[in-house]
Amino acid sequence: MIAYVLRRLIQSMLVMLTVAFVAFSLFSFVGDPVANMAGEDASQRDRDQLRRDLGLADPFPLRFVRFVGGVLQGEFGFSYRNLQPVARLIVDRLPATVELAVSATALALLVGVPMGVYCGLNRSSALAQAIQAVSLVGISLPTFVTGILLILTFSVGLGWLPPFGRGDTVRIGWWQTGLLSVSGIKSLLLPSVTLAMFQMALVMRLVRSEMMEVLRKDFIKFARARGLTSRAVNFGHALRNTLVPVITITGLQFGSAVAFAIVTETVFQWPGLGLLFVQAVAYVDIPVMATYLVLISFFFVVINLVVDLLYYAIDPRLRDGGPGGTGKGR
Amino acid sequence: MSSALLEVRNLRVEFPTRRGTLRAVDDISFSIAPGEVLGVVGESGAGKSLTGAAIIGLLEPPGRIAAGEILLEGRRIDNLPYEELRKIRGRQIGAIFQDPLTSLNPLYRVGDQIIETIRTHLPLSEAQARKRAIDLLQEVGISSAAERVDHYPHQFSGGMRQRVVIALALCAEPRLIVADEPTTALDVSIQAQIITLIKRLCREHKTAVMLVTHDMGVIAETADRVAVMYAGRIAEIGPVRDVVQNAKHPYTQGLMGAIPSIGGAEERLAQIEGSMPRLTAIPPGCAFNPRCPKAFDRCRVDRPEPIPVGTTQVACWLYEDARAKEAVHG
Ligand SMILES: Nc1ncnc2c1ncn2[C@@H]1O[C@H](COP(=O)(O)OP(=O)(O)O)[C@@H](O)[C@H]1O
Ligand code: SF4
Ligand SMILES: [Mg+2]
Repeated sequence: MIAYVLRRLIQSMLVMLTVAFVAFSLFSFVGDPVANMAGEDASQRDRDQLRRDLGLADPFPLRFVRFVGGVLQGEFGFSYRNLQPVARLIVDRLPATVELAVSATALALLVGVPMGVYCGLNRSSALAQAIQAVSLVGISLPTFVTGILLILTFSVGLGWLPPFGRGDTVRIGWWQTGLLSVSGIKSLLLPSVTLAMFQMALVMRLVRSEMMEVLRKDFIKFARARGLTSRAVNFGHALRNTLVPVITITGLQFGSAVAFAIVTETVFQWPGLGLLFVQAVAYVDIPVMATYLVLISFFFVVINLVVDLLYYAIDPRLRDGGPGGTGKGR
Repeated sequence: MSSALLEVRNLRVEFPTRRGTLRAVDDISFSIAPGEVLGVVGESGAGKSLTGAAIIGLLEPPGRIAAGEILLEGRRIDNLPYEELRKIRGRQIGAIFQDPLTSLNPLYRVGDQIIETIRTHLPLSEAQARKRAIDLLQEVGISSAAERVDHYPHQFSGGMRQRVVIALALCAEPRLIVADEPTTALDVSIQAQIITLIKRLCREHKTAVMLVTHDMGVIAETADRVAVMYAGRIAEIGPVRDVVQNAKHPYTQGLMGAIPSIGGAEERLAQIEGSMPRLTAIPPGCAFNPRCPKAFDRCRVDRPEPIPVGTTQVACWLYEDARAKEAVHG
């Protein structure tokens, strides 16, 4: 078990190193930050000086090693745009994105799982078929369309909820939370529903089809034959057996929620990492872009690890050396 | 009316399909006395499993009981609401299915599955139920039961899992067990052990058994009475000695072509030319007539009803004389 986790950690390191390399090299060739920073009328000498100050005159491998070395010490360099440490920018923006992604994923699960269970159990009922049809819309509607429709309805039309921003925030340690003020919560609603829509539909459809599959299994029939209550059969035995795929998808979706919050954050001007990235791209702010990508890959790596560990917690067949060891006693 | 534990009267199981209604079990009647072992034999597709499923109230839709009654200790159970019937399942009628590898929920310890079943039906505490679970595992021949109770299904071999399934079927002391081909999926070497176990346990607990199998050898060794099914009907039913040694129905005689041994069922069935008709093509008159060496005109027109011949009932026109004689004597 411990060996397994270690092995996974080493794999993860390699993955992240690769991502860092790709990100860094990609951005090194896409544009010239100096042109942006120095301005139109700077002389060639000023430009060369700036290039040297930024370390851009050094050969690529040296710059990459310096970047990775910095990352390992928690130094992500300075933003070209406003010369603040990248780490500070990230720390400032991280809470907004995490709160958005977590609330969207929680919403997707809280709504998607019960609806999926219901539809799996009553697949021919009118309500189940209606949910199934609506979920198709949820899957196929692009995020920005969902966002704009919601803004039109609830902000422009009804005037209930703010169309952009995070509302009032409260600082707890270094974490700037929007969850403790009314305006913060109200501001969170539309973006998280927008971000959750696709996941919700996906989770619902997945749970539904997994439930239908599991309910056909022999052990469900046997559980009924033992006279267990419907509740125990449906939730204790059936639902639990659908968890492995649901957790996989939820994990990946949470990663995507963080990574692709870019669209939602842009639509709602949500001051998170996605918006930071979009601004960085416009400015060829290489340290910020590279750090963002490394951070996202770090999220995915952690999520994958957590998902794998959850498999172990759920499915005893994957565990070696459970009680009584691996033996298939005869 | 009688002292029968289970009484099945004119049971009919049908599947509505697009191309008309399929009648898979057609007007069968039999009873099981307390503590009695009724063997049910017949080729695959004869309707044995559906009969068992109808008794425990777990026919899978669209299959349904189209006519007839099922009585347990004189009380009709075929028309009970789901929740009422649920309380009977496991508590008064236990079930054992064919494949022990898929009968148990892979995610739960075997002990937890037994405890859950016990506590569903009996007012025992967790600790009492656990003790009972360990005793039961011991009783079904699982060594170091106190330890094995905490193991997961995948840690048991097929034969051991079937023992766990038997413990589960017996754990609330039902009066009747419906065992549907409990050894078919097992290694030939373990089949006899499992049959012996079922036989011993049911004798000790005074549990009646409906033992479904296509193995005449098992029936000969285990059952008190035997019902021979063919194309959804009972061809012959009576005390096992009479049916085995003095088969009356031409189909039974074909089955008895050789004195069977456990595991050799397939060969013996092949001794009868042809195969059982599909549900969509059951011939008029006696369903067996196309394969029957003794068929005569009437067999192709009129359907034979069970006729009492000595201790057995035989659905065959050859024995109409016997009925006539009986009528004269009566
Ligand atoms: N869901 C179903 N739809 C249509 N026919 C079915 C269905 N389930 C079973 N049958 C038919 O019912 C008949 C009896 O099946 P079964 O009781 O399982 O036979 P046995 O257990 O004796 O082998 C078979 O001919 C089978 O084709
Ligand atoms: S009724 Fe006729 S066809 Fe059917 S078993 Fe008897 S003799 Fe054969
Ligand atoms: Mg069967």
